[in-house]
Amino acid sequence: MSNNKSTSVKLPKAAGRPLTRRITDHWQLYAMLFIPVALTVIYKYIPMYGIQIAFRDYKASRGFLGSEWVGLEWFRRFFSAPTFGRMMKNTILLSLFSLLWSFPIPIILALMLNQVRFQRFKRITQTVLYAPHFISVMVICGMIKIFLSPSGGLLNLIAGTSIDFLTESSAFRTIYIASGIWQDAGWGIIVYMATLSNVDTSLYEAAKVDGASMFQRILHIDVPALRSVMVLNLIMSAGGLMNVGFEKVWLLQTNLNKATSDVIAVYVYQQGIENAKYSYSTAVGLFNTIINIILLIAVNKTAGKISEDTSFI
Amino acid sequence: MQANAKTGKPSGLSERGSDIVLVVFCSIILFIVAYPLYYILIASVSDPYDVYAGKTFLLPSQFTLEGYKAVFADSNILTGLLNSFKYTIVGTIFSVVMLYLTAYPLSVRSMPGRKWLSIFFIITMYFGGGMVPTYLVVKQTGLINNMWSLFLPGGVGVGNMIIVRNFFENSIPKEMTEASEIDGASKWITFIRIVVPLSRSIMAVMVVFSMVAYWNDWFTSMIYLPSPSRAPLPLVLRNILIKSSASASQASTISGGFAELNRMTEMIKFSSIIIAAAPMLVIYPFVQKYFEKGFMAGAVKG
Repeated sequence: MSNNKSTSVKLPKAAGRPLTRRITDHWQLYAMLFIPVALTVIYKYIPMYGIQIAFRDYKASRGFLGSEWVGLEWFRRFFSAPTFGRMMKNTILLSLFSLLWSFPIPIILALMLNQVRFQRFKRITQTVLYAPHFISVMVICGMIKIFLSPSGGLLNLIAGTSIDFLTESSAFRTIYIASGIWQDAGWGIIVYMATLSNVDTSLYEAAKVDGASMFQRILHIDVPALRSVMVLNLIMSAGGLMNVGFEKVWLLQTNLNKATSDVIAVYVYQQGIENAKYSYSTAVGLFNTIINIILLIAVNKTAGKISEDTSFI
Repeated sequence: MQANAKTGKPSGLSERGSDIVLVVFCSIILFIVAYPLYYILIASVSDPYDVYAGKTFLLPSQFTLEGYKAVFADSNILTGLLNSFKYTIVGTIFSVVMLYLTAYPLSVRSMPGRKWLSIFFIITMYFGGGMVPTYLVVKQTGLINNMWSLFLPGGVGVGNMIIVRNFFENSIPKEMTEASEIDGASKWITFIRIVVPLSRSIMAVMVVFSMVAYWNDWFTSMIYLPSPSRAPLPLVLRNILIKSSASASQASTISGGFAELNRMTEMIKFSSIIIAAAPMLVIYPFVQKYFEKGFMAGAVKG
């Protein structure tokens, strides 16, 4: 960060000028970056540095560095926690099933919607599909509770039953995934729609002249156009496989559905914030992150083989 | 596409047939997405016992606005509503200013260190300190129970920042900023007079994204703002929607005993959902046309 004010007249960029000169020329831009950089250092990088409390017995009075080093003690404790196996299984299954359902649906929706020729209908459909994305998870969960209520909830009214779905651990994953699709599949089409809008329309014309049906046009023109975006999306979601949406699980969790709703993210919150077990919670969170990174790298490598022109970042 | 519609007409039954199939299919999906919201809207102006008896599938029954009146008579909900407005307005202004202050310098190719500064920000998209270390830093910087704990730790929304940066790089002619600087304008003046006005469309998208994020957030507030008087609307609604408990202030304002209180609690559920969801649902269609452009700009270089 340079404080020297450049008083010289601005000259067109010249590659040959010394670095210090080029830096002082841009001092105003560095000044713009000052607050964002400071905030990022304080609230992003210092916490990263603070991850080391996962290997220490953190005491507030001693700070990140001064607390006693305990090595892998917290990790050992986590692996031997009675609910460890259940949490691992639930976390992985919940996100895996979510991914399997929520990945293809936006693609299918976008491919279909792209073929609709009535522009106004298409636009209205898009607007409505986006709507649930703009609603708070809290409100979504409130709606879920209302619709699934055993006494007079919409679902029970239609089915003529009085099941309390949120106490059934066998229903939890379905509730989580279905509501997730309802909320975000519509928003998920945006990237695909944007990509499809760039497809050269003369391709469709040519295909039509050749007698290709709508299905064939989708298969041979649209799907290839979407391939690299699809792979990128898949990589990103696979890298977040251990990041189960904490908010919804936590709000929909009841004592009776814990057999399937007990996930690592909720555990991190309960141990860390509610019980103030700072070091332990950080260790659990770190374990989660490490698995994510391994998955991200693995999927990126596999996907790189499938589609040469795509890699993440 | 418009041209397609014209030339496509005489091409026979198969084209028309697939058109019909498509429209029917899309209509079914429209119904699935819209009906739950419509149902809650209907329920919010109906008698809750009729709702739970299945009398409000299509139209309200025993139309009433009691639910809305009760919401606005509840001091907890009102406080939450005011807090949410405050956090959304201040947070959105702060976040968009931060986005711009970061995105513009990083879009200037001649600035030394541009690449390293970009990496410095992008890293935080993929790695973080996690919940507890971040909480501890927020605590040490004295932000617990302070509204700024919702804004400062978020710092720069890096994903959005990249979208804005790419917009600056691709859609604002370099000749314009250079000409302004040759005319003697400082980089700040150029930024405010040229770059900001030329990027209104992307700014509209970012404003809406920020508003939605702050309006809907409750988790950050739950961690950093433990004082009930600072809770935003969604957090207040947690007691009503998730825990199904009537708040104390409600109980004191309602006369008529337990049954009436129960009835009010149910009515408030429906109407508070509408009140919490409506503002964002009204706003986003106005910037919808920019969404796709924005995403495209961001996708060029992820």
